[in-house]
Amino acid sequence: MMLDKTVVAVLISVIAFVAVYGTTPRLISLLNKKNMTVKDYNKETVTMVARPGGPSILVGILASEFTLYGFFPSASILAIISTTSLAFLVGLADDRKVLGGWFKPLALAVSALPIILLGAYVPPHLAFPLFGSVKIPELYLGLIVIMIPVMGNTINSIDVLNGVASGFMTIASFALTICLVIVQNYDIALASLPLGFVSLAFYKYHKVPSKIFPGDSGALTLGAMYGVISIVGHVEIIAAIALLPAVINSFLFLSSVKRIIEHRQIKAKPVVHTTDFKLMASDDKSAPVTLVRLILANGPLTEKQVGFVIFKLALFSAALAIITSFMMEIKL
Amino acid sequence: MKGSLIFFYIFVMWILIITGGAIIVPIIAHISIHGFGKLDSIVDSSVKAGIAIMLVIIWILIMSKIKNWIFHRQINR
Repeated sequence: MMLDKTVVAVLISVIAFVAVYGTTPRLISLLNKKNMTVKDYNKETVTMVARPGGPSILVGILASEFTLYGFFPSASILAIISTTSLAFLVGLADDRKVLGGWFKPLALAVSALPIILLGAYVPPHLAFPLFGSVKIPELYLGLIVIMIPVMGNTINSIDVLNGVASGFMTIASFALTICLVIVQNYDIALASLPLGFVSLAFYKYHKVPSKIFPGDSGALTLGAMYGVISIVGHVEIIAAIALLPAVINSFLFLSSVKRIIEHRQIKAKPVVHTTDFKLMASDDKSAPVTLVRLILANGPLTEKQVGFVIFKLALFSAALAIITSFMMEIKL
Repeated sequence: MKGSLIFFYIFVMWILIITGGAIIVPIIAHISIHGFGKLDSIVDSSVKAGIAIMLVIIWILIMSKIKNWIFHRQINR
């Protein structure tokens, strides 16, 4: 049985990686041909980049998760497939037509309903390291509805520089898979593997200089899938810890603007450019505080350097998440 | 090291999450409200939700204070 799972793990990982690696160049050509491109503001010369990359990300997720469902059918995999697909549609709608600040959280909350309807969240408890778990039947349903929009928007908010969202998700997803193995939830660990491989394959085209941006459809798909896995795998706290740099980014942003708005609505930019086109923290007091602005507080850096600092923060959080999953086995 | 204070902030957040568990589990896990008949589970969940929301608000306030303390120099720059 364990050998079967290992073979299936390799198979779905290959499918997830190859599907995204193979379809993304075709998607880039198609988007360029249809003029569906946006300006990359962090480049010295005018550079137009294809957007959105969400469709190829979804192809990779669906191909691998349906294959997994063929071998090991479960409500958890169906919940992952349906919630992720709905989140993709919400993101795609936002990519095509700019939607209001509140629309996305509400639509993503609706995307979480399959998890409840399929009963994939059972048993409804929240597990904490060292101190055990809390059984919260009704409260947990509310938590599910809140978690998907929060995770989706958290990943979307960190999609600010070339390669950051996909690179960050690669680190966080593989960390989550390791954590699921540590807490001995092998079925969900298996279902979480495609997320890491899809992110890794997309990073190939998203890294500096980007050939494609994930757009809202890509970022929300990745974030929502991460959220569902954390719920059906009962590793909500661990998943939040692996995501801490992105959580900090959202927290800093919200605590400085003090309301839910889109990044594009911000008038004062948190980051400006030096004459040699490095990134520099803005000295505009009205500009929001963000993770990138804090990283740049010590001096200007290139886009690639900022990305690597974010990846180091992601690796640090991943290590804390892994330590936390070991702590889940200890009860005080 | 670039962004070293951010590493420290992440570590503080992690400690606060672990500490949060130490408060939430003993308080919420042991709450069991009876005497409301069929409404028992709704009243029970509402009280737990109220305490949880209160703890989250306290957590956000603490994080905000720590953020101002840690990043004071950076934010003012």
